[in-house]
Amino acid sequence: MSMAPTLAHYLVVSGLLFTIGMSVVLLRRNIIIIFMGLELMLNAANLSLVAFSRFNLSPAGLPAYDAQVLVFFIITVAAAEVAVGLAIIVALYRALQTTHVEDLDTLKF
Amino acid sequence: MTPQSAAWFILFTPLVIAAVILFFGRFSKPLSSGLAILGAAFTCILSWWLFSGPDFADPVRIDWIDFGKLLGPDSPAQFVVPIGLTIDALSKVMLLVVTTIATIVFTYSVGYMATEEGYSRFFAALSLFLFSMLGIVLADNFVMMFIFWELVGVSSFILIGHYFGKDSAAEACKQAFTVNRIGDFGFMLGIITFWFVTGSVIFSEVESSLGAFDQAPIWLNIAVILVFCGTVGKSAQLPLHVWLPNSMEGPTPVSSLLHAATMVAAGVYMLARIFPIVLSAPIALEVIGWIGALTCFVAGLMALQQNDIKRILAYSTISQLGYMVLGAAVGPVWGVPMFHLFTHAFFKCLLFLCAGSVIVGMHHKQNIWEMGGLAKKMPITFLAMVAGTLALIGFPMFAGSYSKDLIIEFAWVKSPIWYWMSAGAVVLTAAYMTRLIVVVFFGAPRTDYARKAGESPLVMIAPLMVLSIAALAAGWPIVQKQFIPITHPEGVPGWVHLVILAFLAIGVISAILIYRKAGAKDPIYIPAFANRLYIDDAYAWLVRWAQDGTASLLAWVDRWIIEGIGVQFTAKMTWAAGFALRFLQFGNIQAYVFFFGAGVIALIYFLFATT
Amino acid sequence: MSLILFWIFAAIMLAAGLGVVLSRKPVNSAMCLVVAFVALAALFITLDAFFIGIIQVLVYAGAVMVLFLFIIMLLDLKSESTRKLNIPACVGGVLVVGGFVGCLVKVIASNPAFHATKPALSGPVDDVREVGMILFADFNMPFQIIGVLLLVSTVGVVLLSKRQLE
Repeated sequence: MSMAPTLAHYLVVSGLLFTIGMSVVLLRRNIIIIFMGLELMLNAANLSLVAFSRFNLSPAGLPAYDAQVLVFFIITVAAAEVAVGLAIIVALYRALQTTHVEDLDTLKF
Repeated sequence: MTPQSAAWFILFTPLVIAAVILFFGRFSKPLSSGLAILGAAFTCILSWWLFSGPDFADPVRIDWIDFGKLLGPDSPAQFVVPIGLTIDALSKVMLLVVTTIATIVFTYSVGYMATEEGYSRFFAALSLFLFSMLGIVLADNFVMMFIFWELVGVSSFILIGHYFGKDSAAEACKQAFTVNRIGDFGFMLGIITFWFVTGSVIFSEVESSLGAFDQAPIWLNIAVILVFCGTVGKSAQLPLHVWLPNSMEGPTPVSSLLHAATMVAAGVYMLARIFPIVLSAPIALEVIGWIGALTCFVAGLMALQQNDIKRILAYSTISQLGYMVLGAAVGPVWGVPMFHLFTHAFFKCLLFLCAGSVIVGMHHKQNIWEMGGLAKKMPITFLAMVAGTLALIGFPMFAGSYSKDLIIEFAWVKSPIWYWMSAGAVVLTAAYMTRLIVVVFFGAPRTDYARKAGESPLVMIAPLMVLSIAALAAGWPIVQKQFIPITHPEGVPGWVHLVILAFLAIGVISAILIYRKAGAKDPIYIPAFANRLYIDDAYAWLVRWAQDGTASLLAWVDRWIIEGIGVQFTAKMTWAAGFALRFLQFGNIQAYVFFFGAGVIALIYFLFATT
Repeated sequence: MSLILFWIFAAIMLAAGLGVVLSRKPVNSAMCLVVAFVALAALFITLDAFFIGIIQVLVYAGAVMVLFLFIIMLLDLKSESTRKLNIPACVGGVLVVGGFVGCLVKVIASNPAFHATKPALSGPVDDVREVGMILFADFNMPFQIIGVLLLVSTVGVVLLSKRQLE
């Protein structure tokens, strides 16, 4: 066994985390839990980006910080998105008195 | 002035005159008529001058269309159409006829049109007509003749529709042009057939390369019959004769110049021009003969019961044209039909001008049952009309007898049926013309107009006198020898001629007996003849049926195909597609995520499956 | 050594993720998510991304999850009542998830560049400074736009929370 994790390790873990996030979205019925699954997926993407940043060194011997700047932006946007999303969910709860995903079907044909 | 340039002057002077009258004629009426008469007289003098000279060995030509020059001699599309003027025996005599009669009629028109509207445009149109007719006479190739053929049709349209405010005149000029067009379609197909087989449209070249048809002679017959369709239209043969009686809506000078003497004769002239070709197509000769014989007999029947003086003469013209066409079918030389054309031009023009004089005297009333006793009131007109009638019915010593008898002799040689039909037409011709003379000029005046009629002015009478001399003399052999070469058939028994004379006498005497005491209307009434054998009604029905049929077919196409399939179908399909796709809106968020995820996986898979 | 640390943190993170999926009570799911975020921050630290790791803890675990818990408490969510299990949906979900894992493994195994170890850095990194330089120099425009985005989302949240929209 090598003494250090390789890029493949990080990518596999990131992929598995993404998968777990997607399974939360697909398998849970509560809309707030589904929202948490979305956050997990975003974070998996962040992990991938940071891993690539570390493993691709610039000529000066430093990691490629552009990816980390992107991660910064993703975190910011995710935070804003959570705020707005939860506001919508609260408004939805006030209207329909439920957070069960199967009750939200007014856009059905 | 060389003979060649004289030919060009003959052709183009009337055109220039027409243009000048068109632009400047409105300023003075005498200017328009004076210019027109001067133009016609100039061409007449030049024609007589050319007549006295020798034939042109080669036509005077300007190259016009020449695909060979454009595309190279190896190109398969060889098409040469020059503008060429032929001066040979045939065209010289026709030039004489056309220009002389044109000058006479132009002079006459000064008097006739003095009180009518549209004086200047009338003379401009007449000059244009003269130009077109001379083009047909002088043409040396099919295409040029066809172009001028159509131009003549246009001039006829303009002149028939001179009183365009009158509905009947407007209908008549449209009918004339349309019916002519039908014949011209066949003519054009014939020209194309000739070009296709022999490679040329020039008359002399086609005549010398008739051998190209030897493998399939039926096509030569077909081509000649197609070209003959043009004659059927232009010379008002059965079944395309319906326009000629209606063309009488035009002023009488027009009826005399165009629709008696020259334009309708153009069909016969064309047959004479391609006579060697026609003679080598026996089936076509049969067709031409039958149509000629039928026309000359049937038109005579129809003329017996007409009551308008000009229409009687119109049906008479159709009948005489039938004679000319029959002559082309039975004669061995072009002189046979052309002789009758020559004499007919003079006496028919005379008859129409006399009719015009009568009409003017009757204040433009044309029904013969409103006339009567005009012999005393209009003596010179009466004498001229009698001269013309005697010429027309073939009274011995008058012009018509020589030319008509020639044709009937050749008909006897060719086919007994044709002989009896053309001889029968002699009876009819005598009968209806005598009827006209008796009713119009003898007896008591039937209406006030007849009582108050007077002789016409000199400018109208003088042409009548000139033409009467021609009506008498044009057929005499010493005169005929100068102009037209003919031969007489061999072995024609004497009783042939006696029968003709007997029929002539029967016709004249029976008409005198029946109509001597006729009152205010015709004592005989035969509906079939009076209604022109219902042919006009048949055409009207046919046109209406075709038009309604096409219209309803198009309506069906519009409603069911264009609107039904095109518009409605597209609309319903779009709606149906939308309705089907609606069921993808599940309303369930997780279902959407499922499809989204599945799509992403598919995308990744295909990205990697292809690399 | 670093490998063992990697596996420990990875295991914690994945286990917490599974906890989010499988917990019955929403509060439990939220707490598992917090644990997952902290473990992820540890993984960032192992990748020498110190700034990002701290930001992860501050923003995600500190702010976002607090917001989540606020809302869970506000809506007073009880444990998810067990409705009838929608078998086709479960099967579909498992299929998609499985398919994704399969693609993932195939892709990563195919590229040999992924199997190299971490290259050595030239020296101790001052990554706050580095990230800051790049953020304000090269990515200044997106930075400003992110600012506007936050403003817009704030306004949107306020608007959405009104009781009645006049």
